Amino acid sequence: MNRIPVTKTPKVYIGGAFVRSESARTYKVSDRAGVFVANMPQCTRKDLRNAVEAAAKAGPGWARRTPYNRAQILYRLAEMLEARSAELVGSLVQFGARRPDAEKGMAVAIDRLIHYAGWADKYAQLLGSVNPVASAHFNFTVPEPMGVVGVIAPDSPPLLGLLSMIAPVIASGNTVVALASEAVPYPAILLGEMLATSDLPGGVVNLLTGFRKELVPTFATHAHIRAVYAAASGEEMRALRLGAAGSVKRVRFTDLSGPQWLGEEAQGLDRIGDFVELKTTWHPIGS
Amino acid sequence: MPTPRKPSAAGRGLIFGDLWEFDPAPETADPKLKERYELFIDGAFARPRTGKYFDSINPANERKLSEIALAGAADVDLAYKAAARAFPRWSALPGRERGKYLFRIARLLQDRAREFAVAETLDGGKPIKESRDFDVPMAAAHFFYHAGWADKLEYVAPGRRVVPLGVVGQVIPWNFPLLMLAWKLAPALAMGNCVVLKPAETTSITAMKLCEILQDADLPPGVVNLVTGAGETGAAVMGHPLAAKVAFTGSTEVGKAIMRQLAGTKKKMTMELGGKAANIIFDDAPIDQAVEGIVNAIFFNQGHVCCAGSRLLVQESVAERVVSKLKNRIRVLRVGDPLDKNTDLGAINSREQLSTIRRLVASGVREGAVMYQSPCVLPEKGFYFPPTLFTKVTQSHRIAREEIFGPVLSILTFRTVDEAIEKANNTAFGLSAGVWTDKGSRILRMSTELKAGVVWANTFNRFDPSSPFGGYKESGFGREGGRQGLLDYGALA
Repeated sequence: MNRIPVTKTPKVYIGGAFVRSESARTYKVSDRAGVFVANMPQCTRKDLRNAVEAAAKAGPGWARRTPYNRAQILYRLAEMLEARSAELVGSLVQFGARRPDAEKGMAVAIDRLIHYAGWADKYAQLLGSVNPVASAHFNFTVPEPMGVVGVIAPDSPPLLGLLSMIAPVIASGNTVVALASEAVPYPAILLGEMLATSDLPGGVVNLLTGFRKELVPTFATHAHIRAVYAAASGEEMRALRLGAAGSVKRVRFTDLSGPQWLGEEAQGLDRIGDFVELKTTWHPIGS
Repeated sequence: MPTPRKPSAAGRGLIFGDLWEFDPAPETADPKLKERYELFIDGAFARPRTGKYFDSINPANERKLSEIALAGAADVDLAYKAAARAFPRWSALPGRERGKYLFRIARLLQDRAREFAVAETLDGGKPIKESRDFDVPMAAAHFFYHAGWADKLEYVAPGRRVVPLGVVGQVIPWNFPLLMLAWKLAPALAMGNCVVLKPAETTSITAMKLCEILQDADLPPGVVNLVTGAGETGAAVMGHPLAAKVAFTGSTEVGKAIMRQLAGTKKKMTMELGGKAANIIFDDAPIDQAVEGIVNAIFFNQGHVCCAGSRLLVQESVAERVVSKLKNRIRVLRVGDPLDKNTDLGAINSREQLSTIRRLVASGVREGAVMYQSPCVLPEKGFYFPPTLFTKVTQSHRIAREEIFGPVLSILTFRTVDEAIEKANNTAFGLSAGVWTDKGSRILRMSTELKAGVVWANTFNRFDPSSPFGGYKESGFGREGGRQGLLDYGALA
């Protein structure tokens, strides 16, 4: 008799713990052949608020880590992903990706993490400055993290898109509450498991699964989310901007699609710069 | 009502060192030394064409540790040819892939950190707490930092394209053997250059151990080549026709000789040479912290530090207090077995360096400065020198002008800010300086006026891969670390 496999209960990764939705709601996901795979947590606005609380708690500690330490932790995450890439590629293929595409996307995702690991201790030199003011003052500008940033990932590519949006945000010391692809949420569940075994402190990245139409409005209006980075369509973009106005939230959209996510244009310093505040300090020079 | 003055520092000083002996606390990790180290050329360990080897001894007890291949001109030539062969493919590799090799080197070095720390201490004489907590982790950090630059070179010189130079020749000193190697290799490789490097003859072991890591990291053959030997080998490395650039860290005297040797060639150069840093203590400084800072500035690594705070400038009004506290402090510095985890000052790197220190100290006494030495007991075998202070030093004394490169501090005084600036800048060197004061505005004024490449305020001897390091004037030119240091390994296309 064939051995019966043990199936996994997908749980979302919030505050460093694996939890179901507080609502106990789920939605079914099926593989490319239409066969049932698992029930995904259908996270609610309350789950989102809980995740924001976890992200806010983790924020000061993460921002105080040295840039070198953040760089090493991002690099460690890339090590974890490389070691378990077969599992991630397998899940992408299970939900409809062509294997060569999944493999290529996975390689790019890992290299992109390393790219941002390298930025963690460099972006400040490029985004900051010493300003030659016309008085006897030492005047300098440094970039600082914004705080809790909401990430709304694209449906496709589900994993590369999500990682490409999270990495530049956390590299500078922000913490993230991310909504995974609604259509292919399972790779984000696996990603949570890898985040948990990297050295990333719990709460720095919080991953939700569920329905965009239920959660996007709260991403827009939650006052403790200081910025939103979204792969969004026309009506969602308007709704995000509208809701964000109430707390003067920074909203950035990604307009990448398809193979653009693979290219170098999908990464870089500008994306870190989108999620920092600039602080300028004046100090007199004299004896 | 004024509060009564506290008793003098000397009166309430706690001199534990006189009361009991520490138990020995030796670090016991295995340094995994080989009996003999060959050259590393084209990805493999190779016997030198000279057929000769020289001994590497432990300066703490004068016992032989290993023997090191002596590279002649023919070996240096082989190394350059291997590097030149490797250059086209290495430089054409996408930056993100080149960076992965450097990340591997950083991680593999972190894995073997304690082994390398013990080897470094045995070979060079520095206290294990320094090789363990500073040299080795900082070397790994340099590889890690520069690894991240390899795919970001378009940001190094915005608006311009930066390309690698080709083969770079590098000669490094004996005071921070592994760390100086990391400072040299990491930016050169990140930029896409290939390297021929010569470690110092008294401290080749950790460099050769790093070659094992280069092999484990699967670095393509020829990208890094190491040749060991003394001055003659170094001259061959600096003068080789295939060297597009040479980078040298060492004494100002040798730096000048290299500049003369290379006059008329098109080789790029960077020089990180000697120093005679002023460490300036104002009367509003937090004195206890400043005393700790003075101790760190001059006694770190037995004073074998090019940026050591070897000239203490103290404001007259606090000079007596500072000197008295300093004397108390250096009495309790533990001098001895470098492998002991409690040791503050280890062994002087070589017999030759010990005699240089003795010669300069004798000149200080002869020229009229007043010497105070810690009454510590030195081990019978090995090269040691006690922590030493000179007061009543004038600017014309040799001990105020020449780099001693040992645990010897020359103390001068000043009255005004302007006098401090004047005295601090009255030197041919300009590598570093220290300022101790409670006033931020004064720190920035001093930083503006001091002719030195690094100014430390209310701290000393701080280093970071992201922070450019290098000198003004006869302390050399070029920077190591940060974006600026990386640019020194590229050409603008």
